[in-house]
Formats: sequence, C-alpha cells, structure tokens
Amino acid sequence: MTITTRDWALHLGVIAILLAANFLLPEYHRGVFSRVLVLAVFAMGYNLLFGYTGLLSLGHAMFFAAGLYGAGLPLYHLGWSVPVSFGTGLMAGIAVAAVVGVLALRTTGVAFMIVTMMFAQVFYLGTLYFTTWTRGEEGLVLSQAMRSVEFGGWSLNLSDPSTRYMLALALFAVVLLAMLWLVRSPFGRTLVAIRENEERMRMLGYDVFRAKLTAVVVSGVFCAAAGAAYGLLFGYVGSGFASIQYSILPLLWVLLGGAATTLGPLLGTLFMFYIIDYSSGVTSAYLLVVGVTLILLVLFFPKGLLGSVRERWLGWLP
Amino acid sequence: MAFGPYFLLASLEGLVTAAVLALTALGLSLVFGVMRVVNVAHGEFFMLGAVLAWAVSTAFAGHPSVGFVAALFVAPLVVGGAALLSERLVLRRLGYDPEATIVATIGMLYIIQQLALTFYGADARPVQAPFNVRIQLPWFGYSGYKLFVIVAAIVLILAAWFVLTRTKIGLVMRATQYDRETAQAFGIPVDRVYAGVFALGAMLAAVAAVLIVPIQQAHYLMGRDPLLLSFIVVIIGGLGSLRGTVIAALLIGLSDGIISVFFSPTLAKMLATGLVAMVLVFRPQGLFGVPAR
Repeated sequence: MTITTRDWALHLGVIAILLAANFLLPEYHRGVFSRVLVLAVFAMGYNLLFGYTGLLSLGHAMFFAAGLYGAGLPLYHLGWSVPVSFGTGLMAGIAVAAVVGVLALRTTGVAFMIVTMMFAQVFYLGTLYFTTWTRGEEGLVLSQAMRSVEFGGWSLNLSDPSTRYMLALALFAVVLLAMLWLVRSPFGRTLVAIRENEERMRMLGYDVFRAKLTAVVVSGVFCAAAGAAYGLLFGYVGSGFASIQYSILPLLWVLLGGAATTLGPLLGTLFMFYIIDYSSGVTSAYLLVVGVTLILLVLFFPKGLLGSVRERWLGWLP
Repeated sequence: MAFGPYFLLASLEGLVTAAVLALTALGLSLVFGVMRVVNVAHGEFFMLGAVLAWAVSTAFAGHPSVGFVAALFVAPLVVGGAALLSERLVLRRLGYDPEATIVATIGMLYIIQQLALTFYGADARPVQAPFNVRIQLPWFGYSGYKLFVIVAAIVLILAAWFVLTRTKIGLVMRATQYDRETAQAFGIPVDRVYAGVFALGAMLAAVAAVLIVPIQQAHYLMGRDPLLLSFIVVIIGGLGSLRGTVIAALLIGLSDGIISVFFSPTLAKMLATGLVAMVLVFRPQGLFGVPAR
C-alpha cells in the first residue's frame, strides 16, 4: 500500500495549520502547543508499539528519560553543544531500547508490561541513586546560555517562544511523516499483522522477533527524541520524567486520541492537556480527571477519538 | 555495637516487612491466579485500608486497642466493598480482558489516590499501637507490637491456606483458577467467584495495612511500594502459588531489611527490581511455579 494524495493532503494540511498557529495563537496557548507538540512525538513513539504492534509497555518513561538525560547530562556537565547533545540523547534512546527490547521481548502479554515497568523503575531509581550528576528529584536547570545554538554567525535562542514553537513543530512534522511512511510501508503492515495474529505470521516465515525488536527500537528513538527536545527546549531535566506517571501518560494520550492512528496521539495529547488545564481551574483534583477519563475511555470508547471516526466514516485514515 | 545485634535487628525488621508483604502479595496473587488479571490498584486498596484505620481509630476515644480492633474489622470490610463495587461496575463490563483491565485499574489507582488526598490530606498521620510492650532480647528491647504483627500475619496466612485447600470455597476457587470453562460447565458461578476473589484480594491488602499502620504512618502515597514489592513477590513466587508467595515474601522482606540496614535503600530497591525483571525474562513461571500447560 502506498501513500495516497489524500494521506499527503491530510498530514501536510495538519502541519500547515500548526505552522499558521504559531502566528495566530495567543502567547499562553502557543506555549501550551509547543509542549503538546513535543509530547505528541512521545505519544507517537508509544503508539507505534502499542497501537500498531500491539505491545502494551508500561515503561516508556525510560525511553523519554533516556533522551532527556542523554541530552541534558553532556550539555550540563561537559558543555557539549545543543545539536551534539540532541544526538547523544538519540544514541542513549537507541541503546536503552535495544537492550530492553532484547530482554523484554522474550516475554509476552502481561509479563511484558510488568517487565517494562520494572526496567523503567530501575532506570528511575538510577536517576535518584546517581544524584551527584542528576540531582535527583530537584533536577538540573539548563540555563539559557548553555542552550544557545550558534553557527555561521547567527545564533538561535531556544527560550524564545517562536523559535521554540518552530523547532517543536519541525520535530513533530518529521516524526509524523516518518510515522505515515512507516505505517504505509510493508514493515508497518507486518507489525499490524503481528498484532492481529502473531502465530500465523511466524508460520508464514516472518521473523517476528526481529520485527518487534525493530519496532521497540524505533519507538524508543522517537520517545528519546521527544525527551531530548523537551529538555533542550524547556531547559529542565529531572527524575520526575522517569517516574511511572510518564509511562502511563502516553498510554492515556494514545487511547484518547485513538490507537493505531497517525494523528490520534496529537489529538489525545492536546485534548488531555486542555482537559487538565480547564479542570485545574475548577478543581485541584486533576488526578481524578485522569483516572475517570481512563476508565470511561476503556469502558465506552476503546477505540479513542480518531479510531471511532475511522470506524464510522473515514475507513482510509492511516 | 558489633555485627550480631545489627544483624538481629535487621532480620527482625525484615520479618515484619515480610509478614505484611506476604499478606498484601497473597491478595494480588489470588486475583492474578484466579482471574488472570493484574490489579494495578492493589497498592491503593492497601493505602485505603491504612487511611481507614486512622479514621476508625481516631473515632474511638478510650484505649487505643479498642479503636485498633474496630479498625481491624471495619477497614477490610469497607475496602472489600469498594473493590466489589469497582469489580461489578468496571472489570466485569470489560470481560476481564487483561490489557483493558490494566488500564482501568490504573484509572482506579488515580481516583482512589486523589480521593484520599482530597478527603484525608497530604499529611502522614500516626495510629497508636493497641499495646505498648517491650520484649527484652539478648542485646536490646524490641517492640512487642512488631512481634505481634509477625504472629498475626502467620495466623492469617494459615487461615488463608486452610480456606484454599480444605474448604468448599477454596475448592471452587481452585477449580475456577484451573479451568474457567469447565468449572462453569459444572455449575460453578464463575462470575460470583471472580467478584468474591477480587474483594478478598483487596481485603487482604487492607488487613496488612491496618497491621502496619501503627509502625508506619498512613499517607496517601503509601500504596506505591507495596504494589511494586507485591508484584516482585508474586512473580518470584510463581503465580497463584501460596507456598511460593510466602517463601518469596520472606526472601524479599529479609533481604530488603538486611540490605537496607547495611547499604543504601535506593540501591537495594534497584537491585531487587532489576533481578526480578531478569527472573521474569528468563524464568517466566517464577522460581517455584510450574510452566504453563
């Protein structure tokens, strides 16, 4: 299956709208959108594994945090430049995802969830244990001076709202188009087929383990990219991002937006951000909102927003 | 002090941890064994038990033991009721699908935590022990209440063992665990067994919490560590195996107590969690379990 004109139009259209939003949105909402775009990349990475491959991981905070620390630590302690730090963040993501993937993929189903959760917990405790470098819960603040990018005479200020938004959007666009290409490629079809019937795929001669491992690594890299970008753009690296809560949030976003849809993660992240934003004005009980949303979703809306749209009206949605 | 007293102290502390852990993990293991679902909200039922114990014991004036005994009955009943309600309203409608259940129980976790924060507050609050006796050991005096916790846990676990292996209820539960469909064909009300097991699992966690709360204060976030440790115990012990659960709880409790006294607690947790993940990777049936049929 190839990418149709309709697919291109939809995805490029969404990117164009987001580009226009940079100039139209009020300051506060532009800040929210920058965060949402980066976190949507995290959710898209999660979606590749959960939605398309059918592997429910409860440890993705580990990949996000691998990117976050992989970028933040060299920048803070070694004074490496921003692009190089971003690269080390991605490398950290690949390394962690490959090791965790090889081990965790030996298990299936519930055991996979528990194993990924435990590895993530080890990672989280590690960020607390090596507090000399990570400063644990308190975290590292990456100053504006550390985060300025200079090349060829002009410099880029990462704390400028517009620059930040454009960089977040650039990352989002790259990952979104990569996701579109992935799910329309033969590899993407293989992943979906594994989700639907793993035994049959094995019988047909596919190397299921290798396909799943590739999915874990690609998912890990997307999440690490989101983590690295989050640290570099918003200037904070803390162990809170490695906690179990950050493994559950992408699950929530993807479920809300629609698992196994390319644009679902963005919608889910955006919706959840505004639900929490709005409800925190009414009540301080934002965890209650998260909990109730999760239960209602899984009871009455298991396919999420875009999943339901696809089921009823637009069967072609990728 | 020399090595001996330290070691004895660490072992006793470890035994207290193990006792409470065995009860909590037994609840999780029952639910997992019989219903084949993971209850992520199990730690929150534990926390709810502790918070209720505080509420009940402060409601009774008189001697602390009156409030404690009342809490020992009221807290598990209320928690069991809450679990029953959530099972009927949510889990049954999901058809006990493993993944949907995990997501739903994560939702419950957040809801219970937030309700506790709203109505109970963010403070850690102590509950007075029902009695205050020191028992003289070779090197030092030790809290009699802590020894009582160990004994109480042993009694409760023996009771659970008796119910599971020697009574009709236990037979029905084991039959459901062994083969759900055949059990149903033989007229066992599987649906009601599930509801009962889910409530029973939560009640075990609540009892454990009531026992520990005079030692450890009640706090709305206290459910996290028991959840993770129970997972560890259940996995190492092998799912649905009572003997395995108890042995694993002893192993984890004692090693946690001893490592925490001599090394950093964070390191202890890191090593334990990593090792258990490895057990699950290389020996999925647990150390004492039998491979799936």
